[in-house]
Amino acid sequence: MAEGANGATEGAGGTARRRRGLLVLAWLWVGLPFAYGAFELARKMVQLFGG
Amino acid sequence: MAVGFLARSRTVAPPDWSRWLVPPAALAVHLAIGQVYAWSVFKPPLEGSLGLSGTQSALPFQLAIVMLGLSAAFGGTLVERNGPRWAMFVSMTCFSSGFVISALGVATEQFWVVVLGYGVVGGVGLGIGYISPVSTLIKWFPDRPGMATGIAIMGFGGGALIASPWSAQMLAWFGTGSGGIATTMLVHGVVYFGFMGLGVVLVRVPAPDWTPPGTPVQQAGGRTVAVSANNALRTPQFWLLWLVLCLNVTAGIGILEKASPMITEFFRHTAMPVSAAAAAGFVGVLSLTNMLGRFVWSSTSDIVGRKNIYRLYLGVGALLYLTIALTTNSSTLLFVLCAALILSFYGGGFATIPAYLKDLFGTYEVGAIHGRLLTAWSTAGVLGPLIVNAIADSQEAAGKQGPDLYFTSLLIMMGLLIVGFVANEFVRPVHPRFHEPGTGDSDDSEAGDPARDRR
Repeated sequence: MAEGANGATEGAGGTARRRRGLLVLAWLWVGLPFAYGAFELARKMVQLFGG
Repeated sequence: MAVGFLARSRTVAPPDWSRWLVPPAALAVHLAIGQVYAWSVFKPPLEGSLGLSGTQSALPFQLAIVMLGLSAAFGGTLVERNGPRWAMFVSMTCFSSGFVISALGVATEQFWVVVLGYGVVGGVGLGIGYISPVSTLIKWFPDRPGMATGIAIMGFGGGALIASPWSAQMLAWFGTGSGGIATTMLVHGVVYFGFMGLGVVLVRVPAPDWTPPGTPVQQAGGRTVAVSANNALRTPQFWLLWLVLCLNVTAGIGILEKASPMITEFFRHTAMPVSAAAAAGFVGVLSLTNMLGRFVWSSTSDIVGRKNIYRLYLGVGALLYLTIALTTNSSTLLFVLCAALILSFYGGGFATIPAYLKDLFGTYEVGAIHGRLLTAWSTAGVLGPLIVNAIADSQEAAGKQGPDLYFTSLLIMMGLLIVGFVANEFVRPVHPRFHEPGTGDSDDSEAGDPARDRR
């Protein structure tokens, strides 16, 4: 019974870890291209206004 | 009816699914389709290699925007019926195929194939993709619908930010001849297919009994508003919001479309004229505030209420236009600040409208209603540039120059925003006779709406 409970807890922990990993991966997937675009815009604006 | 992996029933989230996985799914679609605003990168190479005029090379973009409005308006009900995964899959397939077909058109030097590919097929991908995550996000974030849709619609503004330097870099690598353009377009099609794929795989709809963490189980007696898309068209609220969106977009697009020549002309005869390079930087600033306004103002609407935030967009927007008209070329900084704020309100208007629709019509068919409302965008896309360009041309023909070229346009934009402000004041809860049977009554017509007590 205790082993079963432990197994269930470990299973839930594993799912939670996978979900967190998925969350990080998903936000990086969209965040990195966005950061690239923002960086390129900032670079252009500095060139144009900063000389 | 969508089947298998794409079916709505296959997208119901398990109990432990995080709702914060849904915004990146939406962003994967919106950041991709936002590429449409970077079409201008392809214009000069296309003109050079296919011998096109500027008007001709703009055709794929213009047709794509028209198709966006049409497919959002007519495809909204299908999107509601088949669910977000089906819609994102259709968007991904059409948008990517549009690039592949265009690549074929450029390679064979058949421009009509480019128009068909990017304009028609890609345009359907834009419209279906634009509305695909809206109702899903609102259902996942009933406590913060403005913020949720603000994130996604900010992505549409940010898409060009990514595509513009990326496409330019690819054209530099592959060349600006027909072979180089075709290869660039082909790579775009493949990359966008993969990028949008995350949205297709990740998107989930909440289970019917799901409630956001920390929310009381029942709000306002548990009754909610549910108005169908067909019924919404019969309400004055829909047409008032249509007018509000149309006028807000017209006022913003008027300045956006002429931003570079406008700032140059305003300060031409001053001690500090604006160079062409600085004018391009000004356009960049406007793009940025347009994008940030979508997230910041839409999120703010969750706190201050939808009606109040539109009072800000339309009322303060009108005052900003008046400020530019009165101060003309006395200060570059003041001009840039006013224009940047106007553009942030323009973006905010786009991003807040789905949450405003949800407050009035409920989540029942909010995606389809939103799609139909986007015809206001198509109308404004024609009206705004038409007003500013026609007046500037007539003033120029009359021998005027500098700020005088735009003075009348600025006052017209101010007037349009005042009309929009008045229209917003007339928005009231939807009459219960338009509600779906057994879903609510007038007393609870704004259940869960933070705006209710602040009007």
